[in-house]
Amino acid sequence: MNDLVKTGGLFDCREAYVAALEALAEADERIVAVVNDSVGSSKLGRFRKAFPDRLINVGIAEQAMVGVGAGLANGGKIPFVSGAACFLTGRALEQIKADVAYSQANVKLCGISSGVAYGELGPTHHSIEDLAWLRPMANLTVIVPSDPWETGEAIKAAAAVDGPVFVRISRMPVPALTHTAKTFEIGKAETLREGGDVAIIANGVMVHRAVAAAEVLAAEGVEAKVINMATLTPLDEAAILDAAATGAVITVEEHSVKGGLGGAVAEVIATQAPCPMRILGFPGFLPTGSAEFLMARYGLTADGVADAARDLLARRAA
Amino acid sequence: MNQVRRQSPDDLHRRATHVAERANWIRRSALKMIFEATQGHPGGDLSAADILATLYFAVMRYDATMPNDPGRDRFVMSKGHCTGAFYSVLAAAGFFPEEELTTYLQPLSRLNGHPSRTYLPGVETNTGPLGHGLPVAVGAAIAGQIDKADYRVFVLTGDGELQEGSCWEAAMTAGHRKLSNLTVIVDRNRLQQGAPTEETVGLEPLADKWRAFGWDVVEIDGHDAEALIPALENPGGKPLCVIASTIKGKGVSYMENQAGWHHGCPDAEQYAQALRELSA
Repeated sequence: MNDLVKTGGLFDCREAYVAALEALAEADERIVAVVNDSVGSSKLGRFRKAFPDRLINVGIAEQAMVGVGAGLANGGKIPFVSGAACFLTGRALEQIKADVAYSQANVKLCGISSGVAYGELGPTHHSIEDLAWLRPMANLTVIVPSDPWETGEAIKAAAAVDGPVFVRISRMPVPALTHTAKTFEIGKAETLREGGDVAIIANGVMVHRAVAAAEVLAAEGVEAKVINMATLTPLDEAAILDAAATGAVITVEEHSVKGGLGGAVAEVIATQAPCPMRILGFPGFLPTGSAEFLMARYGLTADGVADAARDLLARRAA
Repeated sequence: MNQVRRQSPDDLHRRATHVAERANWIRRSALKMIFEATQGHPGGDLSAADILATLYFAVMRYDATMPNDPGRDRFVMSKGHCTGAFYSVLAAAGFFPEEELTTYLQPLSRLNGHPSRTYLPGVETNTGPLGHGLPVAVGAAIAGQIDKADYRVFVLTGDGELQEGSCWEAAMTAGHRKLSNLTVIVDRNRLQQGAPTEETVGLEPLADKWRAFGWDVVEIDGHDAEALIPALENPGGKPLCVIASTIKGKGVSYMENQAGWHHGCPDAEQYAQALRELSA
């Protein structure tokens, strides 16, 4: 089971995002990109060169960016609206609600450099509230891909769906995973590793750490099931109930402990299959430090997740 | 397709008379809806009636039986609270049966307090929170520009609404991109919810603001169809802002220029008086 994380180096998922977007744009002229001056941070320079009329830069104006995206969809386009996740979701939240989700506009929102990727830039630039804001929005599909392959597949799947989609795209270097799923399917969780003692549910950049934690636990004789919950909405409840059957569930996310993956899983477990749980994530506004420092500080590492599993199993045994 | 704009003879007076008749019907309809629902936004409904009637019965190109026709002119109702007038004009234009107007604000009605495209054909985007219409209209205009399509995009904003920063974000992009297929009409009735705009946060010099953002500006009487029709029919090479000077509550003497009628409902006596005045 130790080859779930491939050894081919680390990847920036933004590259997979733009590669997928460029391929889509080549094949379908309805595909356009909308940015808030974020051509560089969204890595859309090559897209702009290839499709100059289809890169719409509204300047530093996130509310207009999302509204313009909804209008482009009204005009028959398939807009990929890209900006730093913190500004896209925080600044334009009402536009996401009214113009995109409630209006069921065919807009794809790409939250770039999500989570704590901007580490030292501080809480204004962290996006660890975004999933709590977006998760209750009806009609909005929310995807948190884990690696380059899944990012590219998520972008393709988003384009194929007629309706609003949010895709969270990190800039944190991640390894490529050995996926057990042959294809990416919106709303379908992926069981990366079987195990009957405890279940670890993760998404985004935390998935490879969850896999590593399972390996630490396996060396101690604890078999952990690892689930990649790439789609947060719609939620794969069957996979959560499957996880709950182990009797101990840990969620791991690069997000606040409130309202994100942990909240979503807890809603299902508390109402349908109560069992002990731990929710790993960030407690609130974070102190100064690099992304790696912050993750280590709050236990979002292989050892931190393994510790949580040991704690949970001890609680269950008590 | 409605052929009025492109094939009409230059009988402006005849067309304006038709528009005025429709506007009067919209006013009566909106007040009936509000009276029956016991709530609504009569002041803004009445100030916008002539603008809406001009767009739907003289200027815009559309086929109400094909509300998603890619080539249609688009209208975005950014002042989404004025659904009494907006639903009335949509019904009169044939997007849904006029009889359905009696369901306004009733449980499970398609006629919500603010318009929803999910429920109702003819609504381009869901509005209600202010400052949302212009950015969406800009996006639709950019799509038309990319496709070299000949449709136009119209958006009606309130004047108080222009205090929302998102309007000016969108105005800046429209000016920068020279969106000549985009027209904003400002329902300049000078009153916001509780007070005059100029006493709240002044908008003047409003025309200069739009010009500074790269727009052509026309200032006209927003209750005169003979002024509205040519203003809306003749865009230039830039996005066009039509500042339509209006009277909040227009046509009902006790509502005119009274901020208190922003929202509310006339009693039976007031309603009867309003209908008498609108019949005169």
